Parts: sequence; structure tokens; C-alpha cells
Amino acid sequence: MSEKSYREALREAMEQEMERDESVLLMGEDIGVYGGTHLITDGLIDKFGPHRIMDTPIAEGGFTGAAVGMAMMGLKPVVEMMTWNFSFLAADQIIQNAAKVRYFSGGQVEVPLVIRGPNGGGVQLSAQHTHSLENMYGHFPGLKVVSPVTPYDVKGMMTTAIRDPNPVIFLEAGALYGTKGEVPDDDYTVPFGKARVAREGDDVTLISYGRQVNLCMRVADKLEEEDDVSAEVIDVRSIRPLDEETIIESVKKTHRAVAVQEQWRYFGVASEVAAIIQDKAFDYLDAPVMRVSGAEVPAPYARNLEVAAFPSEEMVADAARRALYMEVKG
Amino acid sequence: MDLKGARTGHGSVGLESDDLLRMYRCMLLARKVDERSWILNRQGKAAFVISCQGQEAAQVGTAYNLRPGHDYVYPYYRDSGITLLLGQTARGQFLSLLGKKEDPNSAGRQMPGHYSSRELNIVTASAPVGVQYPQATGSALAFKMRGEDGVVLACGGEASTSGGDCHEAMNFAGIHDLPVVFLIENNAYAISVPEKMQVAGSIYKRAEGYGFPGVEVDGNDVLAVYEAARDAFERARRGEGPTLIEARTYRMTAHSSDDDDRRYREREEIEGWRQKDPIIRFEKYLEEAGLLDDESKEEIAASIKDEVDEASEYAEQAPYADPEEAVERVYAEG
Repeated sequence: MSEKSYREALREAMEQEMERDESVLLMGEDIGVYGGTHLITDGLIDKFGPHRIMDTPIAEGGFTGAAVGMAMMGLKPVVEMMTWNFSFLAADQIIQNAAKVRYFSGGQVEVPLVIRGPNGGGVQLSAQHTHSLENMYGHFPGLKVVSPVTPYDVKGMMTTAIRDPNPVIFLEAGALYGTKGEVPDDDYTVPFGKARVAREGDDVTLISYGRQVNLCMRVADKLEEEDDVSAEVIDVRSIRPLDEETIIESVKKTHRAVAVQEQWRYFGVASEVAAIIQDKAFDYLDAPVMRVSGAEVPAPYARNLEVAAFPSEEMVADAARRALYMEVKG
Repeated sequence: MDLKGARTGHGSVGLESDDLLRMYRCMLLARKVDERSWILNRQGKAAFVISCQGQEAAQVGTAYNLRPGHDYVYPYYRDSGITLLLGQTARGQFLSLLGKKEDPNSAGRQMPGHYSSRELNIVTASAPVGVQYPQATGSALAFKMRGEDGVVLACGGEASTSGGDCHEAMNFAGIHDLPVVFLIENNAYAISVPEKMQVAGSIYKRAEGYGFPGVEVDGNDVLAVYEAARDAFERARRGEGPTLIEARTYRMTAHSSDDDDRRYREREEIEGWRQKDPIIRFEKYLEEAGLLDDESKEEIAASIKDEVDEASEYAEQAPYADPEEAVERVYAEG
């Protein structure tokens, strides 16, 4: 166990899996000598060479399709999207092909493919570099979708992703590549479909994933200090499959829930969480399920405008207070 | 061969008489399975038909170079001539057409014409066209990375070259000198849109820009196609990279059973192409070469009719999957 950044933990998972299994290879734009535009693959080309750390042309549909073709033959490509926003160009290969090949081959063919890259905003790259695509990809059967936020989880979930025989959409907290945490040096797995209780509490449940989990943790501290409220924080971390049980168990205890997402309000993960809670814990609820979401605008560039377009501590704290029928402060 | 079937002897392309008769039988089987499929559709038994008619020579001539279960093929939805040659059966085609549980391609999950066989290395095709080309380059790269001599055949119609996937794949294949053969079956129509509104310049000439050979071939001449494809496969096996083959042919049926082609093409045009039917041309060649006479022709036709009758009857009697199976085989375990 040692302290590592999210970036280092992620790289270590891929490096260890490449050492363990020679069918694992990485491909994407500028991931070779350049080490990736976010330095995730920094140094790996020296160790594994250009055939396993492969620079691709700028052609997301082309190289994602190639990865599908490699995976069908038993290789295990890990494809870097420079940012997930560019995956729209490869969406047909991902949604129409990777996700459907097993079904459409009547179960004959597997596609052990990982597609990874930074998701969400917070680093002033404006709207064509700032989408939170977990609800979009989470919608499609045939894909698995995860969104880890801690260095521990990013390593364990990447290891799980590479060993999974299905296409995995691996959504990294792009703004948090530099954050640090304790991470085991050896390989380990964190299972999909199992949420993490990031903080225990009794009065209200804050449910989120990705970068917004950290926001919820700050809000939980704030609610405790300012309002003597004990908030539980659940990091969903796996979008598909989604761990309904952990969410329901928590709401049965706290009777109140706030779902927080960086993405837009309508048709988002928070809406899904709210629907699941009303379906399975309706009689335990003491208040409507609250949602906190990004503003209904393309993400702006200027720092102050960008901050204004994402959920804030005040918005989440006030949503919790509304669920507790307390006076809001924002 | 010309329209009367005359050409240089098949010996010059290295084929024996048994090879020729096997090719002929496969082309005819593909045609007869297709014709029966339309009947099943018009009887209300088959929801959807998509045809190979007119393209059998392009398909069989190319696929005769494949080693089943060793090379990979990404057929498109008209390529039943390829999959039958590789070892899929008329029975399998009808089971697929009728969406039965025993459908070997997808167990009733995918439309007819989307062939899939792990055993024969036939990869299920995307219904949106052109998407198979990047995947084929990935499989070719896998062969190359493993040091194996496999070749990947990727097929599509002329309209599948219009989208970006085709360019991205050919660029990638050219960069890495991949063992892939692109077969464009230019059948003159994309549903209703004719080639002149679909293709700028020439398809096969585009290969030059990617740094590999492109050849144009009479797609209704099975031996000419075989020869062009043989050169391409040999080149790929030697590690010299991709080839683009444009086989000029004609779609003799409507696009699919959901299409009425009287809205966009004249009957005379189709009649004109019937004179160039690749099966009739090959028959003439075989007759001139002394490999086929009335008696043997009837014998082959009768045996194919029996096979098609038995296969369609079997498929009609075969059970559908239980509805509960609809939710199975989405994810792999592990």
C-alpha cells in the first residue's frame, strides 16, 4: 500500500494487466511516445513497445471498430478516448456493434473490450470537451459502465474491466487525475455492480458517482457542522449494472435521498435513482427524492461560468435541507 | 468470359474441373435458396428477405480463396454465396430467415442475412453499412500481431464506400500493411440511389491513394473474380498488405422484400442484366469446356431442389425459441 494519484493508479492497473496477460494492449491517439494527452500511458511504450502501446490515426470510429475486430479474435484492447466527448464519433461501433455482437451472434462471440478516458468537466474545456455520458452509455444493454472516483477504485475497477469478457465503458473523473489516495501495490479487483458507502450517516442519503462524490462528501461535513445533520454518502461507481440494494438499504435507514449528478437533469442517472427509490422504498420515504444536476446549457469556458453550470455545495446542501423540511440557505 | 461464356481456360487460373463444378453448384444453391426465401416471404412466413441474386459470381469467386475456420470473413447482408461456400447450409439459411431457435447465426435475434459463425470465422455484420471495414482491419491486425498467416475478407456494396468508416479502415489498413482484402460488390444501386449519385470517380482507383493495389473486375465472371481475389489473398499472405477489389455486378432483385424497385428503375434495364446473369454465363462456359451437359445440369438442379425443399420444410417445422430466451446471451459470463 502506498499513496498514488488517480492517474498513477489507473496506469498501474493497465501495466500490471499487460504484464499478466499478453493479449492486453492499449490503443488511442497520442498514447505512445507522448504518453497520452493526460499522461495516463506515460512511459508505457518504453516497456511494452509500439505494438502494444499503439498510436492510432485521429479516427475514433475507425480505431474503435478495429478494437472490436481485435477483441472478437481474443485480444483485449484498451482504447483511450482522448476525452469521452470524441466517442460520439465512435458511437455506432460502440452501441451498434460492440454492445450487440454477443447477442446477434446468438452468444457465440465475446467482445472483451475496454474503452476509457476522461468524462465530465471542471477543467475549462467548454462544451465540446465536457459531457457526462454515463446515462447515455448506461442506457444500452450489452455494455457495462463504470465511473470510479477514488484512486483505489480506479485501479481495482480497471483491473476488473480488463478481465471482463464484455465491452466496458470506463468513465474516469478527468478533473481528478492528480488526486491522491492509498492504493495497494499488487493487483486487486473492485467488482462492478456494487456501490460504496463513502460516509455513513442517519438523516439523509446523498447518492452520486464520479467527481460529484467528492462534492457530496464536502456537503456532508458542512451539514454536520452547520445543521447537525448526519448525511450518508453513497458512491454508486458502477452505473450498469447498478447496485439498487445499497441505495435502497440506505434510504430505508435515512428515509430521505438526494441524487446528485454533473449531467443535465432530464433523463439522467439521478432520475433513474429517484425512480428506483420510489419503486422499492416508497413507504420508507419521508420526503420526495431530490435531484441536483448541471444547468441546462452547453458547458461554458470561463471559470466562473463553468462553476455556475455545475452542482455546487450550496445546491446540494439546500436539496438535503429541503428533504429534511429545514430552512434552505442558498 | 464473355456473354457466351468464352474465355481463356480455367487451367490458367489453377482450378480443376471439380473446383469449377463446386463453384457452380454453390452459386446455384445460393440462387435457389434466395428464390425460395422470396416465396416464403410472399406466403407470409418470412418477415424479411434480402437477396444475393446477381452477385453469386462475385461472392463465390472471391470466397473460393478463403480457408474456412482459418481466415476471417466480414460478409455483408447479400453474401449468402460466401457463407454457403464456407460451409453454412441451406437449412441454416431458412432457420435464420424464419427466426427459429436453431438459427445458426443468432438463434433468432438478428435479421436474416447477418451471418455469424465462430467455427467458420464468419463475423456478424452491422445492418448500417460500412461499419465492418474498421472491424476487419482490427482482425487483420490481430493476425499480424500474432504472426499468423490469416487473411481477412471484408465485403460491402458500392454505397458502403461513401461513409467515413471505409476511409478510416483503408487508411488504417494501408498504414499497417494489413492482410485484408476489401471486396466491393458494386451492384449499381443503394436501395434506389444509382451509382452515379453515390460514387464520385472510381472506387477501385481510391486504393492508390492508400498505397495499395485496387483492381476492377467483371463481377459476373466467376473465374475473373477468382483470379483477382487469388492475387489479393496471395499478396496478403505474403505480408504485402491489403488489396481493394471492385467487382462490377448488378442487383437483380429489389433491395429487400420491403422495397418496390419499379419506383426507380426500368424493367428493360433488369432484363438487359439478366442476359449477363453470372450463373447462365458460367453454365455456358462449363458447357463449352465439356464439364456440363443437359444431363448433369438437370442432375445438379434436381439435387439442389431436393436440398432446398428439405431445408425449407425442416425450417418451417422447426420450433421458435421460448420467449424467455429473448433476454439471454446479452452479456458473457466471467
